Amino acid sequence: MATERDELTGAETTGHEWDGLKELNNPLPRWWLYILYASIVASVIYSFFVPPIPGVMGVFETTRAVVRQDIELARDAQSANLERIRLASLQEIRDDASLRDFVYSGGSSVFAENCAPCHGPGGAGVPGYPALVDDVWLWGGTLGDIHDTIAYGVRSDDPDTRWSEMIAFGRDDVLNHSEIEDVSHYVLSLSDTDNDREAALRGEVIYAENCATCHGDAGEGDDLLGAPALNDHLWLYGGTLDEVISQVDNPKHGVMPAWHERLDDTTIKMLSVYVHTLGGGQ
Amino acid sequence: MFKHHHFVERNLTLMSVLILITISIGGLVEIIPLYLVRSTIEVVEGVRPYSPLEMRGRDIYIREGCYTCHSQQIRPFRDEVERYGHYSLAAESMYDHPFQWGSKRTGPDLARVGGKYSNEWQVAHLIDPRGVVPESIMPPYSFLAERPLQTDDIFDRMDANIAVGVPYDESMVENAMDDLFVQADPWGDHDGLLARYPKAVVGDLDGDPSRLTEMDALVAYLQILGRMVDFADTAVEDLEAMR
Ligand code: HEC
Ligand code: HEC
Ligand code: HEC
Repeated sequence: MATERDELTGAETTGHEWDGLKELNNPLPRWWLYILYASIVASVIYSFFVPPIPGVMGVFETTRAVVRQDIELARDAQSANLERIRLASLQEIRDDASLRDFVYSGGSSVFAENCAPCHGPGGAGVPGYPALVDDVWLWGGTLGDIHDTIAYGVRSDDPDTRWSEMIAFGRDDVLNHSEIEDVSHYVLSLSDTDNDREAALRGEVIYAENCATCHGDAGEGDDLLGAPALNDHLWLYGGTLDEVISQVDNPKHGVMPAWHERLDDTTIKMLSVYVHTLGGGQ
Repeated sequence: MFKHHHFVERNLTLMSVLILITISIGGLVEIIPLYLVRSTIEVVEGVRPYSPLEMRGRDIYIREGCYTCHSQQIRPFRDEVERYGHYSLAAESMYDHPFQWGSKRTGPDLARVGGKYSNEWQVAHLIDPRGVVPESIMPPYSFLAERPLQTDDIFDRMDANIAVGVPYDESMVENAMDDLFVQADPWGDHDGLLARYPKAVVGDLDGDPSRLTEMDALVAYLQILGRMVDFADTAVEDLEAMR
């Protein structure tokens, strides 16, 4: 077909006209075209390196193999430290100043992902989920205790889990309502929290008969049973009269998952030392 | 060949035919390889259909649009594998219709959240996310604990899943109604359920054993996510050979 040329530039036009406007039919820039052709050639070559064709092995690995190698490489870079942690006892790791930074940064990042949603940022604790920054422990605060709590959990589905159960004194009709109220006043008196003196006196006997086996004669708690101390001002489930009554009536029981299947041994060791250093490891 | 542009562009039939040919080549290049491989789904032990309660939980997950903020696919990158666990396998979502892989992560990936938290935490978090995670921007779903779970349509739902290829067998269908209730009953007999659906989390899921709520179902579903495959028994080479 006849091509029309623009008078001013001498370039070909597309031959269309809209309201007197015409479009120049300039060629695409050369550099742009060449890049396009080069990418077409590259894609053909690339398809042989990462073959989409079954049965043809490529030069490049699958992403799944690459991720395994990436992780192995990263582990290799840390291998000196990781190997020392693997071989050392918890106490040795705790005492080794040259491992401190490594254990702290490793421990804190695993903690933020896995533990903080329950124990609060930095282990500060939320109601029902104990603070790990203080020196009060339900299940013991030695390195070994902390390690076992993390590895096997509390009331988890692991066969080695820590386990105990407070009797449901109200629900199971062991104590009647006024007895529960009296003993709760006595519990509050252990930590000098506001209470009714007379009720607390009546509660003392009930406490000695029903509660002291687990919570101790003076309410000091028992970390073999995970029974919290009742003579301090730290409460897992709250320290108002109503909250104490509710716990005696129909107790709550904290559940923490076991971690030894989700996290490897070295990581759990690092976490144990990290938690121990947070505040009050024994 | 560029000289013929005008001719092609002005000849509608010819252009349509050429477009069709071009697109077909593109399509065939993508599709033919899939016919030549045995399967794109890894052969692994452990993946089973969802128990009736988990399946209902999944329905609620979809109804509430949890996927708009949560993906369920751990990609094979180091940062993801180190954070969330083993990369996801196609096999792990082969009974998901539709799958929940997603690409939007306002919240974390949930592909392996099963067993990471206790039932109590899941319930507390769904009722009031900021009560447990102060900086959370997840909306509260407290109404789920109030709403009784609709159960009368469970057989229809099993049938619908069977129709799209989920291998529920006869005993699974027969026991569907019982299984639905017994999974959230702390005093129930769970042997049959666990034989049909190994690793299902049983017991009082939502903290209210007296009735079956939507919360029970959602927690049952969240607690099984990512736990079916036992990776200790899976050969790495087989997974890595999949393209
Ligand atoms: C699902 C919530 C949850 C998660 C996640 C969780 N914990 Fe716990 N953890 C608990 C609860 C609840 C208790 C208290 C159990 C009880 O009541 O006896 C506890 C107790 C503990 C204790 C014992 C505290 C004491 O006073 O003796 C330690 C140590 C601990 N957790 C560490 C961790 C670490 C480290 C992680 C992360 C790997 C973690 N927890 C993740 C819920 C959780
Ligand atoms: C079998 C042992 C056992 C007996 C007996 C027992 N408790 Fe407990 N109690 C526990 C355990 C274990 C916990 C912690 C539950 C948890 O960690 O979730 C606890 C928790 C508590 C709490 C909550 C503490 C807090 O920090 O919030 C109170 C209050 C309490 N018990 C009072 C009593 C009283 C009063 C009695 C007697 C009437 C009693 N307990 C008898 C084991 C026992
Ligand atoms: C607006 C976005 C949004 C929606 C919608 C949403 N979430 Fe979340 N979700 C988040 C964010 C952000 C977090 C991280 C903070 C937190 O733990 O609350 C989160 C965390 C979680 C976690 C904890 C994950 C982990 O590994 O710590 C679970 C489980 C969860 N969401 C389940 C759900 C379910 C089930 C639904 C639907 C009923 C839902 N989410 C809807 C944003 C959302």
